[in-house]
Amino acid sequence: MGVSGDPAVVAGAERLVLPGVGAAAPAMAALRDRGLDRALAASAAPLMGVCLGMQLLFRHSDEGDVDCLGLLDGNVIAIDWAERVPHMGWNDVVGDGMPAVCYFAHSFAVDCDERLVAARTTIDGREVPTVVRWGRLSGVQFHPEKSASDGRRMLERWLAA
Amino acid sequence: MLRKRVIPCLDVRGGRLVKGINFESLRDCGDPVDAATRYAADGADEIVWLNIAAGEESWTALLRAVERAAETVDVPLCVGGGVSGADDGRELLLAGADKISVNTAPLDRPALIAELADRFGSQCVVVAIDAARRNGGWEAHADGGRRPTGRDAVAWAREAAGLGAGELLVTSIDSDGTHGGYDLELLRAICEVVRVPVIASGGAGRPADITAALETGASAALAASIFHDGTYPIHQVKREVAACGLPIRI
Repeated sequence: MGVSGDPAVVAGAERLVLPGVGAAAPAMAALRDRGLDRALAASAAPLMGVCLGMQLLFRHSDEGDVDCLGLLDGNVIAIDWAERVPHMGWNDVVGDGMPAVCYFAHSFAVDCDERLVAARTTIDGREVPTVVRWGRLSGVQFHPEKSASDGRRMLERWLAA
Repeated sequence: MLRKRVIPCLDVRGGRLVKGINFESLRDCGDPVDAATRYAADGADEIVWLNIAAGEESWTALLRAVERAAETVDVPLCVGGGVSGADDGRELLLAGADKISVNTAPLDRPALIAELADRFGSQCVVVAIDAARRNGGWEAHADGGRRPTGRDAVAWAREAAGLGAGELLVTSIDSDGTHGGYDLELLRAICEVVRVPVIASGGAGRPADITAALETGASAALAASIFHDGTYPIHQVKREVAACGLPIRI
């Protein structure tokens, strides 16, 4: 296991995680600069996007009005209906075969086809997709690595799948 | 439902955990990574590290400690104290911090908040506001509460949120260290004028104080000594807050 920004390493990886602390537009620019956008698209390995990394899998983000990787059909929209933004803290992840309470820190959310959605979270009365899955691609809006035991279980399951 | 958070705050100097009776007599209290790991296991929803040392050597030691924390602490870690520009913030985030907290630097140069938010996203930019009562309102203070700025703290909260702060950590200088409860009026005043989450800080003496702070509209409550002294373990505080009907992760 390692951290890399090298397209050759990405091409040879058995499993990929696209993490995300940051903003969409600079993140996409950094991926394109290094040719990582093409490497991620060309890989056949299981790829999990985390938080911003999940959002980048989709077509377009309203955060910085930027085109993303376009590996999944859907867009990223601002959470403009919530009482407080960012959606920050621990919330329920409903679906995907287990109850979980996970840690979120985001101001934007995915809006996508129902068929991609494996679990959802309600933010001030509106459900947003917080686990998506399609073929080798998956994405989680929360931070499993910061979600104590519930997050650890989820990561272990992905690694075993 | 989004849970209210309970956050222990740890003072860190030169990569070591310290506790102070006052600023002159700081005691080495071990490894902040061990302490953070213990708090996470006891139910802390997030950990805050406040770097109270100046100087490059201390900064490097802090970064090394943040790297170790990222390996073992499985809840979010916010680190502040001494972040004067975007490059400092980048170093902390690369080391593994989830959020960075700024206090004095944006008071001197508010545009820093927008720079941090543009570069890293609002969700990891925490603006800490140290406020003291003055003339029926509150005045924002810089330099760890020692330098009055002449700025109205509530107006500063609104400005910081408008510039892109993702969260405000609001400390009452008057209540801090008293164990007499948070400044609830200050919290209400700020929660009313911003739409970002607010973390209450300063004055926790018992679990009921934390419940009261969270009932003002604050999204989280931060405390230090009641956890460090072992008076109230985090899980006990959270159970008492939950018993009052607030949403809490148990």
